[in-house]
This record gives sequence, structure tokens and C-alpha cells, in this order.
Amino acid sequence: MNELCSLAIFGAGDERSFDLGDYEGPLPRWCPGCGDHSVLTAVQRLLVAEQLEPERTVFVSGIGCSSRLPHYLRTYGFHGIHGRALPVATGIKLHRPDLNVFVVMGDGDCTSIGAGHWLHATRYNMDMVALLLDNNIYGLTKNQTSPTTPQGYPSNTQPRGSWLPALNPVEATLGITNASFVAQTAEWIPAHLYATLQAAQRHRGFSFVRVLQRCPKFTAPLFEEGVRKPDAIELIVHDDGVTVPALTEVYRHTLRHDPLDLDGARRLAEKSDRIRLGVFFRDASRARYEDIRRVRAFTTEEKVALLEEELERHAV
Amino acid sequence: MEGLVIPTGVEALPEQIPRPAIRSIRTSEHVLEIVSDSGEGAQKCGQIFGNVSARMGNGVWTVEIIPAEIEPPPRSPAGASGNRVRLGKGPVTNWGDETELVVAFNEQALLGRHRLGALAAKATILIENHWATHADPAIRGQWSEALAEMEESGYRIVEVPMEECCLTVVENARRGKNMFVLGLLGWIYDRDPDLCHQQIESAFRKKSQDVAAANVRLFEAGYAWAEANLDFRIAVETTPVDEPMVVMNGNDAIALGAVAAGMELAAMYPITPATSVSHRLGEMFERFGGVLHQAEDEIAAAGVAIGASYAGKVAFTITSGPGLALKTEFLGLAIMAEIPLVVVDVQRGGPSTGLPTKVEQSDLLAALFGQPGDAPHVIIAPATIEECFQVMVTARRIAETFRTVVVVLSDANLATGMQPFRRPTIDPAWLAESPDQSPVPEGMQPYEWDPRTGLSTRIIPGQPAGMHTLTGLAHDEASHVVYDASTHQRSSTMRSRKLAVLQSALRPPEVNGPPDGELLVVGWGSTKGAIEEAVDRARSEGLSVSSLHLRFLSPLEPGLRGIFDRFTKIMTVEINYSDEPDDPYVTEENRRRGQLSFLLRAQTLVDVDCWTRVPGEPLRPRMILDAVRSRLSMAGAQ
Repeated sequence: MNELCSLAIFGAGDERSFDLGDYEGPLPRWCPGCGDHSVLTAVQRLLVAEQLEPERTVFVSGIGCSSRLPHYLRTYGFHGIHGRALPVATGIKLHRPDLNVFVVMGDGDCTSIGAGHWLHATRYNMDMVALLLDNNIYGLTKNQTSPTTPQGYPSNTQPRGSWLPALNPVEATLGITNASFVAQTAEWIPAHLYATLQAAQRHRGFSFVRVLQRCPKFTAPLFEEGVRKPDAIELIVHDDGVTVPALTEVYRHTLRHDPLDLDGARRLAEKSDRIRLGVFFRDASRARYEDIRRVRAFTTEEKVALLEEELERHAV
Repeated sequence: MEGLVIPTGVEALPEQIPRPAIRSIRTSEHVLEIVSDSGEGAQKCGQIFGNVSARMGNGVWTVEIIPAEIEPPPRSPAGASGNRVRLGKGPVTNWGDETELVVAFNEQALLGRHRLGALAAKATILIENHWATHADPAIRGQWSEALAEMEESGYRIVEVPMEECCLTVVENARRGKNMFVLGLLGWIYDRDPDLCHQQIESAFRKKSQDVAAANVRLFEAGYAWAEANLDFRIAVETTPVDEPMVVMNGNDAIALGAVAAGMELAAMYPITPATSVSHRLGEMFERFGGVLHQAEDEIAAAGVAIGASYAGKVAFTITSGPGLALKTEFLGLAIMAEIPLVVVDVQRGGPSTGLPTKVEQSDLLAALFGQPGDAPHVIIAPATIEECFQVMVTARRIAETFRTVVVVLSDANLATGMQPFRRPTIDPAWLAESPDQSPVPEGMQPYEWDPRTGLSTRIIPGQPAGMHTLTGLAHDEASHVVYDASTHQRSSTMRSRKLAVLQSALRPPEVNGPPDGELLVVGWGSTKGAIEEAVDRARSEGLSVSSLHLRFLSPLEPGLRGIFDRFTKIMTVEINYSDEPDDPYVTEENRRRGQLSFLLRAQTLVDVDCWTRVPGEPLRPRMILDAVRSRLSMAGAQ
């Protein structure tokens, strides 16, 4: 595979600089007030700040409102099938470790139909940013309960309210072997969202970020408290996590938590008294699948010679 | 050692009487098999015997006899595990008819084969006889019952004290009988002992030298026992091999073919009988800079291969029927978004979990029509083990040129069959190309379909100025999501047109036999050898029969209608299910036909009949010959 890597080094000695316009695609078609707009803005800011070359950046998504996001960027995009963004991203990164890979999933994508891939992608710990845009509902298909819909909250498929306690994606990810970065943020706090995305992008490994996000059509009430009452939120802060000094004036509840403390992270994730935003866990030393599987490039002559050797094993 | 040659119904010959002269049976072909419980190494014995025979100038086809379980209960008729070897003077293209010589490690495995009708009426049987005097009376009872059941078939049964002989060489006879048996066969078929020694050492190269040496001694013990006790030898005529040959099974050929095709990533999830492709890749792929990714499930394996293909050289995924079903949605995406992908389906018996280790050709229609929506793509079926190698090169080229999915339909017969073939000449051009990373010309679009051909140039991440979002939604040339009627009509046409263009580049298939006559037998996949052998025999009986074998099933090879028009009757022969025309309730209208037959009828408007069976084993030439005779006499009677 890896003639590609040498071919693809446009970054080296690259004098270009990119501004917001270089990353902007067509006008989004999400509903007014949809949290996806904030995420798109934060992502574009991040791309500018980090100066990621558009041609070497790929956004992979599944199906759902949030999965349209790649269409509104001017990078490479892969808008695939429901629940399967992670395997596609795995294939891209495995074959092309030189590419910057972002994965955009909704709660149906990540925690329901594609849940198996979520577990394994976390364990592979490949260097990519995985965004779970969690609005607690199936929006595009018009209001069906998702695994993260709070118990008792009605939808078209469970009109008497969701039968079961909501799945907690942060808690679940923290339980997976070899998880290396787990964070939670909210789209209605743009500074926190941006800082979290930046921390995720800079982490080498599988950076899982759950973005709490309003669906103005179907789940607006669920996020009302978090949006209107800063006291409902607790910021998890640390020098190795996310700290946005300006926010501490608005959000009185802050908690210092060392992201290397996995047990502490799991305890925090289990609590439901407040909405906790920040980096729960981060460990850059976890094994990365693409490093383990890295292979050197072979010339055609070498390959032909090796193939002759292999054929020789079968010679009559 | 006691002389234990006991032909059925004859008293044991007293030691002092000189043995009769050795009868040498000269033949141009012969089928033998070695059956045991799982784990006793009969397969290894058969493979080494096959390799040695190939090197000595015999045509060879070996096929594994595999139970579905790793280690089913010992001494059970359903648990027979082993290897079947057909030797010939010239190239052998299939596993042949009934077995003429069997070596059995116990009478129950043998009974299993007997009950399946696998053995020829006058077959010679060499059987381990320590069960006859086993301490457990139940086992002794089973022994006598089994032998009584088989007695009427006219087999010639020769008891061999395998356990006793092996114990003189090793402590655990169970792990040594296979090489002892190889020794027996070595003497019977006059195999070059030096060549056998070499092959044994090679087979045990991963074990210690002591192990290899012990196995060579076991071989010698078997050879010596046969020489001292048997009264027959079999000489299968040979043809000198004058060009370099290789011998392997179809799954090894697929693995090597994938490497030769320059593929660099394979993603799979374990599934029988496809998995051994990944075993061979696991051994060697990294040496070539390749990655074998064992995904968390079949769906992910397709996704990883698609992601890799999208970002670089064509990747492939390997599966069997149940896995193909799971990959369906992803294949639809690859077809819609025009991402090249090669999918290898090593077919087994279905539906559902079906017959995991047994051959069937039942995935054709699922492979062709499995994806909801209109999803045109390519299907190729290799017909020989050599073609399993070549098909990977062809599949990669087509997948990239046509930006589509290529499904390669192999099957369990090819997967586990071994056959010598001409050593492939590697063309470096297969390997050389790397994905384009140059800037995309200004204004070039990701789906710039040539309106005549539907072909377009693929843009790969990393190419400056090529940024776009690929999507499984309906899209236009710019990959923008567009739902309008004209765009969907146009893009559907472009995706479909590619198949017509590919077909225009294919050569019409060649008829085996006269180009006209009463009956044309049409086949696909691994049945080629058996069909052609049957048809050749039928012709030698004076019947007017030819055959045609298809590799491309989507698009179909060109010129079929013209070929069919020169025959009175067309009939497919396939290993899948079809109703018999005279079955209760079955009419011309509701008869469910063989899968290729269904397809050919739809595509050519010719009344293509079929003869199909699902025996869980390869078709025997004689079964096909009988079908040909009966269909011709039916036609004659009408």
C-alpha cells in the first residue's frame, strides 16, 4: 500500500494557506435551529485553525440528518450507508494512514444499527475523530425513538414514551478495551464544542466525541434545561483535557478531572445529576491499529520476486 | 509381523504358503480415497500423495472429504474426513466417478462412504483391523455389523494392522497412521520414495526435525508392510511433464492471484469454505506490503474493503453465501457510488447456514439480483483452479476500469480441490499501477460519464482539486444529491451501459464439440471438467452432444443466441436446486429451474432446460452422462 504515502505528501513544503472559504461547500439544508449548523461551523473553524489540506481530509458519514455534513464541506467526503461509517473510515485509514479522517454519525448510526462497529472502532483506536451527533431521536425519518432517547419521552414509534432507560454512549465507550479519547460537548456552547473538537483532532487515536445536539422539531424540550440553565451543566476541566477560561464565568460548576484517570471517568460518566461536558478520558499511549499494521512499500520487482518464491512452494 | 491379507470370504493364508504373484493393474486413470476420523491426518496424506503423483507425471485432482465439525464424535459414519485423489494419464479436470481403492482408518468412516454410494462395486478396501479385536465389545460388534453390511457389495477387503505397525515406530499411533498409509499407497502406486521423503519433510517443516524423521519412518513402515503383504499394484500411466507446473487448491490460487493482481488489502470475516483464502494471505500478504484485515463482521469487512478501494488500489473481500447476504447493502453502495470492489464468494450449500463445507452453485441469482434497486455489476465464475488465479487479475482490472463491483463466484469444489496447472507467468504490469495522486484537471467532475460508454475517471482522495462528497443517494456528474427524474434516469443508464460495453469487449464462448447438434449442455463454474468429460463420453457413444461453459455471468458472454440456435435442445447442468419436470404439481409454468437456466431463458428467449442436483458433493461425470442420455431419449420419444 504504501507507495501512496510517499506520493501523497503534499503537506511537506506546502506554502498554501487555507481560509474558511476553502472549506465551505453548498448551503446546508438542515432545519433552522438544528444543532448540525453549529457543528458544521465548529468543524470549519477547526479545519482553518489546523490548516488541514482539503485534498487530504476525508469526512465519512452514515445516514441521517447529521450525515449530510460532508456535503457542506469542500474536503473529500464519503456519505455512505446507515450505521456503517466506521468500517469505511477504518478501510480508508488502514490503506491511507496519510489522510485526515473524520467520522460523522447520528445516534441511530452509531449506537443502534452500527453499534457493533462502534465497539470495534474504539478498540482499533485508529487516528480519526468520531463525532456522535446525538439529538436523542431519529429525525430524518421523522420522530422515532433512538437508543439515547430518555425513558418516558414519546415518539411516533413509542407514543407512550420510550420504554427503556437511555443508552449512555460516553459510559459505553469508556467500557471498551483500548478506548483512548472520550469526550462530551454540546452544540449550544460553541466555544466548548470547538475546543473539544480541537482536542480530539490533536489526539492521536480514536477520538470519540459525543455532541449533545438539539433537534428543534422533535427533541427541543429535552435540551431546554441544559440550554437555559448553566447550573445544569458541569464542565470537566484539565490542562490535558478541555479548558475554556471564558466559560467558567457562565458555568459555575467545574470539576478538575485528570483524563488519564479511567476509573474516575467511568464514575463521572455514570452520574446523571448534571450534564457533564469535557474530556472524560484521554490516553495517547494506547495502541493504534494502523501503526501495528503498518507495512513497508515494496517495488514491483520485489513483489514479482516474492511471488515467484510463493509459487515455488507449489511447484511440481 | 503376521500376514494379514484376507480377501473376503477366503481363509487367511497360512504364513508358510508363498504369497501369490503380484498382480499389476495397468490403467489410464484411477480414483482412490483415504478416510479417517477428523484429526487423524488423512487429508495431509492425500495431499502429499497428490503432490508426489503430480510430480511423477500424473494428472491429479484431489478433493477433501470434510465433515462440518472440527472433531465430530470418533468412529461415526457422518464424521468421515479425508481426501479423494483421482489420478490420470493426462490432465484430470474433475473428481471422477466412484472410488476404486479406499484406505480407511476405521470401519465407520468407511461405512459412511459406502452408504453415500461413493465406492465402486468392486472397490478394493484397505482397512485398519485393530477394531476387530478391540477390548470394547461394542466396538467389536460395530465392526462385524459394518463389515457384514458392506459384504454384499463385492468389495475386496484387505485388513491392515495399522495400529500395531505404527506402534513399532511411534508411541501414539493415532498421530502416525496417515504417513503409514502414505507408505502403503507409495508401494501400491510405485511412487518414488525419495520424492515422498521430500514431501513429508516439507509438510512437517514447521515441526521439529524429530517429528519429520518419525514420519519418514512411518512411511517406510507402511511401504515395507505393503511390499511384504499385498498381492497387487496399480500402475497409472503418466505423461511426462515438459513445462513448469504448480499444484494448489482454488483458495490458494485466489490468494496468490490477488497478490499477482496487485491488490493490497483484503478484508474478511471467517466463513467456511472461504476462510482458507485468508489463511494463505495471512501467511504471506504482509511480505508483499499487503494487509489482511479480519473485520468484526461480514458487513464491516465489505465496508473496510470499500473504504480502502475508495482511497487507493482496489481492495477485496472474501466470503460465502451467508456473508454475501450481509454485504448486500454495501455492494449496492459501491455500485451506486461507482467504487471498484472485488468480492470473492466461495459458494457452499444453502439456504441459511446450509451445508457449510459442501459444494453448491446456489448463489448465482443472489449475487446477481441481491441488491435492491437497479444495481448492475459484474459476475465472473472461474471454472478451474488455474482460473481461480487468473480471475483475480481480470476482476481487479474490470473493477477499476468500469468503476464497479466484480463478484467472483468460486465454490467449495474449487476451494478444496487440488490440481496441477501450468505455472503462471507473472506480468509486472498487473502489479505496477498506483492510484493517481496528481491534481485533478480544472472542471473535471467525479462522475464525468462518457455518454456512449458510461465510463468515467475515478478521483481518489489526496488528489488536489478533486474534492467532492461521494454518496449513495441519487447524484449527478458533480456527485451532488439530485432527485430529479432526468438525472436518475441518466445516471441509471450510465451505470447500466457499462455492462453492455464490457460485453462488447468479450469474446464469444467456444463450444466444446461440434458447433451444432441435438443437445448443448451449458455449465458454469467448477462443473466444467465433469461436464466436458461426460459430454465427450456421450459423443463417443454416438450421441450428438456438445457443451458450453460460461465464465462471465453478468454481463453474459456474447453470441449465446447464435450458438443456441444451432442445437435442437439446450440444457444447463448445475449444482443447485430445480424441480424435475414430472414432479407432482410441477408444470412448465411453475417449474423452478436451475439458476443459470433461469437467467439464460430470460436473456435469450430460448427454452433452456436444466438438469441440476444438490448432492453436497461435486457432480460425477457418470451422473451427467446419464442425464444427457435420458434427456436425449425423452426428446427422441416426443
